[in-house]
Amino acid sequence: MAGKAAPVVGVLALQGAFREHRQRLESLGAAGREVRLPADVDGLAGLVLPGGESTTMTRLLDSFDLWEPIAALHARGGALWGTCAGAILLAADVLGAPPQDGGHQRSFGVLDVTVQRNAFGRQVDSFTTPLDVRGLDAPFEAVFIRAPTFVRVGSDVDVLADYAGHAVLVRQGRVLASAFHPELTGDARLHRAFLEMLVPELTR
Amino acid sequence: MSETTTGTPQLNRGFAQMFKGGVIMDVVTPEQARIAEAAGATAVMALERVPADIRRDGGVARMSDPKMIKEIIAAVTIPVMAKVRIGHVVEAQILQALGVDFIDESEVLTPADDQFHILKTDFRVPFVCGAKNLGEALRRVGEGASMIRTKGEAGTGNVVEAVRHARTVLGEIRAIQSRPTEELMTVARDLQAPYELVKYVHEHGRLPVVNFAAGGVATPADAALMMVLGLDGVFVGSGIFKSDNPERRAQAIVKAVTHYQNPDVLAEISEDLGAPMTGINIDELIPAERLASRGW
Repeated sequence: MAGKAAPVVGVLALQGAFREHRQRLESLGAAGREVRLPADVDGLAGLVLPGGESTTMTRLLDSFDLWEPIAALHARGGALWGTCAGAILLAADVLGAPPQDGGHQRSFGVLDVTVQRNAFGRQVDSFTTPLDVRGLDAPFEAVFIRAPTFVRVGSDVDVLADYAGHAVLVRQGRVLASAFHPELTGDARLHRAFLEMLVPELTR
Repeated sequence: MSETTTGTPQLNRGFAQMFKGGVIMDVVTPEQARIAEAAGATAVMALERVPADIRRDGGVARMSDPKMIKEIIAAVTIPVMAKVRIGHVVEAQILQALGVDFIDESEVLTPADDQFHILKTDFRVPFVCGAKNLGEALRRVGEGASMIRTKGEAGTGNVVEAVRHARTVLGEIRAIQSRPTEELMTVARDLQAPYELVKYVHEHGRLPVVNFAAGGVATPADAALMMVLGLDGVFVGSGIFKSDNPERRAQAIVKAVTHYQNPDVLAEISEDLGAPMTGINIDELIPAERLASRGW
């Protein structure tokens, strides 16, 4: 009915580059909300899981019981976008998890990919590159920082960009995942694409 | 792929952004590094002795043994930082060769050069440097630092100096914002800071890099206080491994940095952590024992 209300999009604000995502989403007309506790998920049309450290975010998702409400958001039609560490949190399988955890890392499993953490090496190997992205008419300046790659991609997953033989931008239904950091550039095209994934009924 | 670039300020400053809202913990063994990772640290700082022990032992404190750093790198998946002495270019080259993710040019170690800092733009690996005031912070950024932290008074368990440095830097930023543009060259002269960076601060109201708290953080409340003051994240050293229950305290400090605006959560996580590190009254330190005065 009130079609003019801006959709409320959450940004997981446990740690990492959440402020940049929120500012970018708000500059595009969405209402941003930082998510730190389960109650913050109520009423969201979508959620961005930012870059940062996936192990840290995993611990804090455990401590503050956030796994279930975020999974429920997806189940009721909410869109999810993970960038770098956030993409790791969405994947079905995670390679390169801390040895102390037996190589296992908990994840939402809403994206049928196997993600390899730190696939390009350490910080001295981090890089930027112009990336050809399906659906965009000009290359996207992609910032890869200790970045993961999607080394296995399920048949229901669309690969929107790849680099050095591995998928780095993928989409499965209402789930988008990028191995790089769109929030660190001035380019808003992927944030716009994410907002277009929001389901109208959920955006009030 | 010829347009792929590495080692740029964008990459190194962007990497530092990823630590925001997080806690970087000093560790001296692979076992401590695993505890820090399990507690939710966003990175570990590998060093031979935590600041409280450096302070107690005296003598010359230097870069850590590369073997220990390699063992810590192998023990965890989170980024590994390590410290070099102020001005010690070769220690920094060695750490870069080891694949350390971030170098701390640190006043906690004994300075190798009493006049000059490392030219950090010569390196691909990013650097963090301490600063007591805005001029010092902008000189370090001018040399290529990708991250700034307060100096605090490391190894004391007393947060007062970190608070002083945070308030000084943030207050000086606000003061610059209120100045008319034509006064900025004189501001730069008075701060002994690069003019272009003074202009950046005037325009944006913040440093061009992230700004963390360090030095004397011992409790979850201390960590939250530094976030409330307006810093981006927290370094913790002796405060954890000189307390009764490092695991619980480390976890609590991580949670405190995330939930610094939520006193209900802070009350809950601050409960029953065991004794914090004893701490030192900074007023009783003789000037030669004060680490924060190192750096030029």
